[in-house]
Amino acid sequence: MTEDIIDLIKENVIQGRVTQDDEGLEEGMAGEPGVTELVGEAIEQGIGLSDIIKTGLTEGMETVGQKFEAEEYYIPDMLASAEAVGAAMEILEPHLAENGIEAKGKIIMATVKGDLHDIGKNIVSILLRGAGYAVKDLGNDVDTQTIVDAVIEERPQYLGLSALLTSTMMQMKDVIQALTDSGIRDQVKVIVGGAPVSEEFARSIGADGYGADGFDAVRAVESLASDKAKG
Amino acid sequence: MPREGILVHNPYERMTKEQVRQIHHASMQILTDPGLISFNRRAAEIFASNGAEVTPVSSGDHPTWLVKIPEKLVLHALDSAPRIVKLGARNPDNALILNGEEPRVYFVTGSETNIWLDVEFPTYVKKSDPKIEIQVPEFRPRRGTVADLCQSAHVCEHLETLDGYIRTVNIQDKDITEDNKDVNKFFASLNNTTKHVMSGLTSLSQLDNVVNMARIIAGGEEELKQNPIISFITCLVKSPLQFVEDTTDTFIEVCKRGLPVVVSSSPQAGTTAPMKEAGIMAQINAEVLAGITLGQLVNKGTPVLYGSVPVRARMDNLDDSYGAVETSQYNVDCSQMARYYKIPNYSTSGVCDPRTPGTQSSVERLFSDILVTLSGPQYLHCAYGLLECNSVFCLTQAVLDDAHFQMIKFFLRPARIDETEIAESLKQIREVVATPQKLYISYIRRAMRSRQISPPYPFEGDRETDDVFALAYKRMQELLARPVDHIDPATTARIFEEIPGLLRRQVDGLKTEG
Ligand code: B12
Repeated sequence: MTEDIIDLIKENVIQGRVTQDDEGLEEGMAGEPGVTELVGEAIEQGIGLSDIIKTGLTEGMETVGQKFEAEEYYIPDMLASAEAVGAAMEILEPHLAENGIEAKGKIIMATVKGDLHDIGKNIVSILLRGAGYAVKDLGNDVDTQTIVDAVIEERPQYLGLSALLTSTMMQMKDVIQALTDSGIRDQVKVIVGGAPVSEEFARSIGADGYGADGFDAVRAVESLASDKAKG
Repeated sequence: MPREGILVHNPYERMTKEQVRQIHHASMQILTDPGLISFNRRAAEIFASNGAEVTPVSSGDHPTWLVKIPEKLVLHALDSAPRIVKLGARNPDNALILNGEEPRVYFVTGSETNIWLDVEFPTYVKKSDPKIEIQVPEFRPRRGTVADLCQSAHVCEHLETLDGYIRTVNIQDKDITEDNKDVNKFFASLNNTTKHVMSGLTSLSQLDNVVNMARIIAGGEEELKQNPIISFITCLVKSPLQFVEDTTDTFIEVCKRGLPVVVSSSPQAGTTAPMKEAGIMAQINAEVLAGITLGQLVNKGTPVLYGSVPVRARMDNLDDSYGAVETSQYNVDCSQMARYYKIPNYSTSGVCDPRTPGTQSSVERLFSDILVTLSGPQYLHCAYGLLECNSVFCLTQAVLDDAHFQMIKFFLRPARIDETEIAESLKQIREVVATPQKLYISYIRRAMRSRQISPPYPFEGDRETDDVFALAYKRMQELLARPVDHIDPATTARIFEEIPGLLRRQVDGLKTEG
């Protein structure tokens, strides 16, 4: 039974089905329980959280990654699966600590002041959630003070900033400066991205990381995480 | 005499009359359910005081309102929006008359690309036969500058088929700031072409400086009204269905000043709009109509364009895909909707997905250029020089595009069939058949000299290599060597006296960068 439900979670991650209403890719799945329902049921049955995460969610996501590499899956498929994992993590989160499982970390995401482009930031948020991070999205056109306040209040390990306009890129520098001025710069790793942003630009404004696309964003955060573990 | 553009006699339409009505009806439903979210207070207030149902959604730093626009408000606006919009020009012969009821197409540049593509032609030697050398174009992307914008306006002035100029490249020089960008981009454009100049505005605080500059050039307030040498594009509705805070302010202020303005919406099917044709069409139409309605409520009768930049998402990275076939379908549909409302249409074609000119870029741009032109939009933007979905501008590509449009314009000449032509043709046939050679050659001599025969492709090479790009580059250099009709010195002096923020080097030579 345990295996059954974990297999089902994995299968539904691969199908990208968040809830029972989602169609998934294969015929005839609508109406069947999705990842949200299955994870709820698994918790009720007292199945080990680490099994759900490792064998259900992570292995499912790994298969999705392989399908993506093989060009069998496209970005929308990847996002659907990441969304399913994100939804599952949200349900699991309150139970992690009591089970002695360390959360991967919290990330605040925002598109900076003056910039309304948010498709890329939303994709990055979904993929980060899919990678097991708790993501708080502040939206777009977010002013520097709101971002700083959120960092103070939420104490995330990471802050992701997005900008798509050459005129708003510099806002990222302002945010980093404001974090320094508030004395909290060393408490949060800042990762930046968006079409006009480059690795070089990221370095020049004193950011800790840069991601060229959604997957790169996850890689950037993971590599900062392992730096942290080492350091 | 305004420019001619090209009149499309039987515009290509994808939708039946019934389908057009269905889209209209669906858009009207969208405008009341779910309605639009307004991040702009003034828009919410204007709608509320004119009978729309407006309810606050959230307060605080970013207050928002839900705006439900009843059909009668939209129909009223469609009644007062002018059917004919004149876009003036520094040279009055370059004015454009956009008539919402007449599918006369004008071809225009666009958009604001960050990247300017330089071209070089290094020599390659064949390994197996070193005697053989070829020149291969190599493309070098870099950030656009004021000098590039001037250069592109200069070349566009001399491109025969190009009817108007939308700033092609985002000026990113070190001495360009939020506060002086608008005046400098408008001046760079206006000073280097005598055609119509359209642009978006970076900062609302610069609007009056830009308008005053145009007033000085046009010769006064009334003269600018009669000959609006500039116009604006605003993307006031962000898909799906959100009035943006700052651009909506810009739009309201432009409308108040009575200058022509494009209400543009750019939903992406798959991400910010449904992938279904019916869905993206109903949504974009609702978005544009919401903008047009706001404009007419601000200033009844103010000239607006139905701006449609619908695209389909790329499946691999969810970026825009202008090369996708559906993108052309949506654009053709929009031009039909605009004609249904009798509002001039600002449409999109010619943009392609690859980063550099080449086979894919040629296939994609020509495909959309032909199809969208056939649908008869009055103002076809993006059509010259753009690559990688609006992110890259290449001037040599613009020269190539001019050749495409010459072909398209030639094709769209009306069919030359009438009594006289038939009679002359029968005469020719009878005469030639009676001769021993049986050739019509003697009859083409006059035709050749009266532009009745389409010219050969101007960039055809004579070797086994593809020389198109090198030849187009040569042509671009020739155009650059032609003189530019700059704004006269006295007017320029006055502009520099009265308009703050202009860079001296715009007139003193553009080599040095601050
Ligand atoms: C879609 C779009 C819009 C939509 C936005 C819809 C939305 N909900 O976001 C609309 C129509 C509203 C819009 C408006 C405007 N736009 Co626009 N827009 C685009 C466009 C075509 C695509 C952007 C996009 O969504 N790409 C797809 C996503 C998936 O890619 P992405 O954003 O790059 O994100 C990826 C990476 O960058 C990275 N990433 C992103 N963020 C982050 C953050 C972190 C932390 C990390 C690690 C990684 C990361 O990962 C993402 C996923 O792979 C671009 C052109 C382009 N090719 O970039 C122009 C573009 C950015 N826009 C441009 C312009 C000029 C405007 C307007 C000013 C137009 C106007 N005249 O009104 C307004 C500006 C409004 C404002 N104040 O922001 C210009 C910018 C030029 C400049 N000055 O810099 C561009 C380049 C187009 C052009 N050449 O004209 N736009």
